[in-house]
Amino acid sequence: MYTGKVMEHFTNPRNVGEIENADGVGEVGNMKCGDIMRIYIKVNDQDVIEDVKFRTFGCGAAIATSSVVTEMVKGKNLDEALEITNKKVAEELGGLPENKMHCSNLAADALHKAIEDLKSKRNQK
Amino acid sequence: MKKTYLDHGATTQVNPDVLEVMLPFLGEFYGNPSSIHSFGRETKKALEEAREKVAAGIGAEPREIVFTSGGTESDNIAIRGVARALQKKGNHLITSAVEHHAVLDACLALKKEGYELTVLPVDEYGMVSAKDVEAAITDKTILISIMMANNEVGTVMPVAEIGKLARERGITFHTDAVQAIGLLPLDVNDLSCDLLSLSAHKFYGPKGVGILYVRKGAKLDVFNFGGAQERRMRPGTENVPGIIGMAKAVEVVVADREKRAARISSLRDKLIQGLLKIEDTKLNGHPEQRLPGNVNVSVKYVEGESMILSLDLKGIAASSGSACTSGSLDPSHVLIAMGLDHQLAHGSLRMTLGTDNTEEEIDYVLEVMPEIVARLRSMSSVYTGSKKE
Ligand SMILES: Cc1ncc(COP(=O)(O)O)c(C=O)c1O
Ligand code: FES
Repeated sequence: MYTGKVMEHFTNPRNVGEIENADGVGEVGNMKCGDIMRIYIKVNDQDVIEDVKFRTFGCGAAIATSSVVTEMVKGKNLDEALEITNKKVAEELGGLPENKMHCSNLAADALHKAIEDLKSKRNQK
Repeated sequence: MKKTYLDHGATTQVNPDVLEVMLPFLGEFYGNPSSIHSFGRETKKALEEAREKVAAGIGAEPREIVFTSGGTESDNIAIRGVARALQKKGNHLITSAVEHHAVLDACLALKKEGYELTVLPVDEYGMVSAKDVEAAITDKTILISIMMANNEVGTVMPVAEIGKLARERGITFHTDAVQAIGLLPLDVNDLSCDLLSLSAHKFYGPKGVGILYVRKGAKLDVFNFGGAQERRMRPGTENVPGIIGMAKAVEVVVADREKRAARISSLRDKLIQGLLKIEDTKLNGHPEQRLPGNVNVSVKYVEGESMILSLDLKGIAASSGSACTSGSLDPSHVLIAMGLDHQLAHGSLRMTLGTDNTEEEIDYVLEVMPEIVARLRSMSSVYTGSKKE
């Protein structure tokens, strides 16, 4: 049911973990649905995402979308990162089963939330 | 890679002896049992012999056996049929929160049509209490449907006791015994049931064929119309090869039930004990009143589908009650009815053992499981770390 690329990311997920003193953290999902994704970002002076990590509780699709979004966003600047949509994440994986689309929606949302978190932290300074 | 099948609750492999008796009916014996010529007479004879075998296997009379297309159809014919036939007598139905959807959703559909429905709760082990059944009975109760053993957590229900309660009060009692046959002693008279559902593919028979036992005198309305087959309760040309195979399967599983159940139970206990050695795991279902082949554990901090996928990569077939494997957004209604929180329900893992499993396979599962759990926990957003560190 999953594409080879989904299984590849599920088996060898990229950028698993946490970033201490991350510039932004975004969490989406809830336990009722069975998925919680958290994305951490570290950004340099030029607004380029230098480092990104994730931790996810969820199914194969949830883990693979988290992993692939970190790969897609690393080295991008914030504006480019905001252009990553849920749809693009799913496409990057060669598609997801229909009933899994709500999971693929989460990874880009988590990233966008992390960016929001970063911006609101900056505004407080 | 060596493959290990631990999903006998979903379906089983056709027994070689079963396959052998089926083959002639996919080839040379193709007559329609309703035809009066020699072709028809041949298959009709085989069909009636199959009926006798099935009846003998469950303590019934041949004419109390109705061949159906499987467990789902048996459940629906029984529940809708009784509700409609006994409408004048009353409108109250009793079932439990942990029934298979074939029973639960059939009852909920009747509720929408105006019947009164009591869905009994279960305890933390998934057990229905006979006392609760008794307390729920009113003078309007026409049907009680409680499964013999639960398909997800393996809990064995006090159906003989419930059957007795129903019998004393003249209430029709149906039990879904799909998971029980060949593993638990099963005799329709000991159970005092009026209706009982079975499905061939769960006991080493072919898919798409089942049985509804209908006690002599039980009243059922019908919803499908057509020919006079199966005393009009299930009209349509019979699945002859399937029925022939199913009858053989009944014979096989009933004959060596005790020996097989004992062997499977000991593998089950070894698997349960091994899995519970993994930190933060919990057994779902009853510790003793449990189907011989059922193992169901919740692994904290990990989601079920990701465990299934990881096991599959190691050649091991298992299942889960997580929402992500069910194709719906909700986790197993059985685990939720037992009071599990959402995390534990999503983190459930079901392994159902069968005739073909070996001790080496159990050792293999217990060897790979700790690594799988550790890997998934290391990625988990809710994991708080090992207590041992
Ligand atoms: C308890 C129970 N009832 C009914 C069914 C449905 O049987 P079938 O697949 O033959 O329709 C199943 C199988 O999943 C089951 O486990
Ligand atoms: S986490 Fe539920 S479908 Fe993916």
